[in-house]
Amino acid sequence: MDGLLIGLVYGLAAIGLTLIFGVMDVVNLAHGAIIALGMFFLYLFFGAGLHPYLSLLPVAIVGFFLGVIVYQIAVRRIINGPPLMSLLATFAVSMIIVGIGTALWSTSPYNINFKVVTYTLGGYTVTSARLVSAVAAVLVTFGLYFFLYRTVLGKAVRAVANNREAAELMGIPSQQILAISFGIGTMLAMLSGALIATLFPFTILSGGVYELKSFVASVLGGLGNPTGALLGGIILGLIEGSVAPFIQVSWTNVIEFVIFVLILLFFPTGLFGGRR
Amino acid sequence: MKKSWLMLLLAAALGLAQAQTVTIGLTVSKTGKYNVESVNQLNGIKLWQDWVNGQGGVQVGGKRYKVELKYYDDESKAQRVQQLYSRLISQDKVDFLISPYSSGLTAKAAIISEQYGKVMVATGAASDSIFKLGYENVFQIYTPASRYLTSTVDMLKAADPALKKIAVVYEDSKFAKAVATAARDYAQKAGFDVVLFEGYPPSTTDFGPIINKIKASGAGALVGGGHYADGATFARQLFEQKAPLKMIALLVAPASDEFAQLGEAALGVAAPSQWEPLVKYSPDFGPTPQEFTEMYRKAYGKTPAYRAAGGFAAGLVLQKAMMEAGSLDGAKVRAALDKMDLTLFFGGIRFSTDPASHGLQLGHEMVQIQWQKKGGQMVKEIVWPLAAKTADLIYPIR
Amino acid sequence: MKALKSPFFWLILAFTAFFALFPLQGNNVTLRETLVLSAIYIILAANLNLMIGYTGYVNFGSIVFFGLGGYLTLWLVADHGWNVYLAVLLAGAVTSLLTLALGFGILRLRGAYFALATIGVNEAVKDFVSNYEPWGGSEGIFLPFSTYKAMGGAAHALWTVYFLIVMVMGASLLLSWYVKRSKFGLGLFAIREDEDAAIVLGVKAPTYKALAYSLSAFLPAVAGGLYFFKNGSVVPEEAFNLHLSIESIVMVMLGGQGTVTGPAVGAFLYERLRGLLLTTPSLSNFHLVIAGVLLLLIILFAPGGLMGWLYKRWPRVRGVLE
Repeated sequence: MDGLLIGLVYGLAAIGLTLIFGVMDVVNLAHGAIIALGMFFLYLFFGAGLHPYLSLLPVAIVGFFLGVIVYQIAVRRIINGPPLMSLLATFAVSMIIVGIGTALWSTSPYNINFKVVTYTLGGYTVTSARLVSAVAAVLVTFGLYFFLYRTVLGKAVRAVANNREAAELMGIPSQQILAISFGIGTMLAMLSGALIATLFPFTILSGGVYELKSFVASVLGGLGNPTGALLGGIILGLIEGSVAPFIQVSWTNVIEFVIFVLILLFFPTGLFGGRR
Repeated sequence: MKKSWLMLLLAAALGLAQAQTVTIGLTVSKTGKYNVESVNQLNGIKLWQDWVNGQGGVQVGGKRYKVELKYYDDESKAQRVQQLYSRLISQDKVDFLISPYSSGLTAKAAIISEQYGKVMVATGAASDSIFKLGYENVFQIYTPASRYLTSTVDMLKAADPALKKIAVVYEDSKFAKAVATAARDYAQKAGFDVVLFEGYPPSTTDFGPIINKIKASGAGALVGGGHYADGATFARQLFEQKAPLKMIALLVAPASDEFAQLGEAALGVAAPSQWEPLVKYSPDFGPTPQEFTEMYRKAYGKTPAYRAAGGFAAGLVLQKAMMEAGSLDGAKVRAALDKMDLTLFFGGIRFSTDPASHGLQLGHEMVQIQWQKKGGQMVKEIVWPLAAKTADLIYPIR
Repeated sequence: MKALKSPFFWLILAFTAFFALFPLQGNNVTLRETLVLSAIYIILAANLNLMIGYTGYVNFGSIVFFGLGGYLTLWLVADHGWNVYLAVLLAGAVTSLLTLALGFGILRLRGAYFALATIGVNEAVKDFVSNYEPWGGSEGIFLPFSTYKAMGGAAHALWTVYFLIVMVMGASLLLSWYVKRSKFGLGLFAIREDEDAAIVLGVKAPTYKALAYSLSAFLPAVAGGLYFFKNGSVVPEEAFNLHLSIESIVMVMLGGQGTVTGPAVGAFLYERLRGLLLTTPSLSNFHLVIAGVLLLLIILFAPGGLMGWLYKRWPRVRGVLE
């Protein structure tokens, strides 16, 4: 049960990653750092007096604009170049964010302390924080779907993802759409970070763990496929939850990575079919 | 006129004599996971420095040497420690070394001090294994890991002879693993059934899966934990998830004053501690426990925790060794440390001279504390050994 | 031998000799400790270049060779009493063979997928080793001090190991240079430019790629064995430190990928910069930021690195400094 709930949050993070890949063929290696930023921004807003769940909205807004800025500075120039370049460029952004974060907040753990209610259902104990996070993740995903399939802007995003040149020929300003898409991807990353921050202690380095989980989830669902990413996240969460009682907790990481490598080798388009 | 010139010369000569220094090198974890504990330890060392310099310096032979400290930030990282200790020895040319905080980092530093033949006093490091590698230059202040939780098991047996099932869940680090393994072996010999024995990765923040395992195992008591960050989180989540345990004893975290921040989650949690301000040792050398506690309160505004006490004790040990050796020569100081057998405010100090365990601490014992409510406030009480206790053990805690 | 006539060959030898002899003057231990790090970085960068610069495949997890070499060596020395020289050679060979086998598998992936897979490999190996009790689990392997006595005492052993590491550095540069001039290297460059075209032209791409991958693992593994032997211990967090992999990439890009001098220059400069940042109290937190900014600037404005810029400015240099 816990696995399902946390899996939804993993899924949200993964959607952010997979969306950017789907739209512009870029693997955003700054994903983890941005998740960590989401954690810290929630901490800042909480410190300013806002209830954590209310702070989600400003975090989302910051996440979006941050993504647009990162796109314009780091990604735009090399969007059409070899994939190595965008990998390294986003990685460089990650190093910068983590470096500044370490300078500002050091690497000691931070906590968001607010009232948490525990519920018991059947044999399971669940905290309100996990429930709300899972619900929030689902709501945001629905929001994304609504955006992509029911709005004109969303349609433009899908067009550019499908075939950038054709979209341009149809009069869609692709650079702006790319910037917006990147922004949405980072917004989702920051939101998932903020939700995670309500559950566990964190440092600026915590992003790395969730970035790797996002990769596993995205690849499980097929890179470029948002539904797949969400499902991949759920599967990952369930695997973690179900395998943990039988093996040492520290082996779960190994298993996750082995899955990751195996999927890439044998199901490069994921279990649900990706972009390619 | 001649007299004043003579006085001037004498003053100058005395002044020159006073300017002699002895430099001690170490690294501190100003950032990273050991940040809280390491800075605590440094405060103790600095307090010793002020105390001994306030007396004019260390008395070595006929001269007085002022103590200078040279330290860098090791960022709680193993790879930084070795580079920095090499630097301290070869570039900064320090006379003696004190270890970083934590067994893991100290193990790394010990290799370097041994490679270059420099004496290092290891405080904040309880692992036994460091002392099984054939070193001759490293000396341990803390009670070793193998004796951390053994008295906790004794305490549990005395409180509830009927309880049989215990869980041992520990941080997968050098120190915690050593403590946990020794605890398990001791518990089994004492007739307990260790129904769960498992390690978690040092950076764990989600204890949900492992708490579920504890509940499933039917254990009535839990011992384990690791360092501060994970221990505090573990304790909080045990409380949030209503784990049905009659006794919880975790390493390091509950022994710190900061643990009180957990509020209700801290109630009843016990810990072994290297030292508490209310202990009743009568020292052969250095300040008494009350004097030390007062000094520390004056300097830092807080009650000292055992890490600070360990830092101060490390300084005292080096000082005493230099005094006994009558020189700053490494070999002579080493010999003085080998012979040392005394009581400080921190407890007994005696090092093993057996080549198979050279430097291991033999003279020092652990006390057990528990968080209880007194007049609406959360306080730490000493509950074991029975002869030294300040309050009775609360059992069961939930 | 044609090689002996090339000035660059002698340049590499001179550079290596300089590295070895310079700190020996006056038994300068501080200098030796700084140079040993530079040498290690040069080894990592130069061998990584075989994959990034020559073959065009980005290996994000190259540090896994270094770590594995270290672990195998220390395990052989500590648990089986092997002497260190044989141990490092075996460690290098085993790592290479494992990489060869792995390579045939994951080199089927292109571009970003391959890069991600290499990260996955490094993290999986790190997690596996952290849980593998015979190799010390998360505590790692610590050498009994008596091991150094067999080499004439710790001080003497440290110098011996230093010279060996410098030799490996020289070997790395010579290997880079030799591959570049060989038919094998030509095939690799062809793969980098356009893999499908190369296959059509008869280049056995899968074999070549796997060989390059395996080759790029050998010397870093040996270096890892030597480095951790010198350190007297190896723990998972430092053996499989992904950051070092990434820094290797920065070094290769900074100096100029695809050239022989590039990675060496890049590694040396980066190591100096890093050392400076880490010991200046106000800047130590920013070393990651500055490295990141540096990488970004290179990617955006000078993808050919220092050597690329040098070649453009003074085309004659290309003939001398490969």
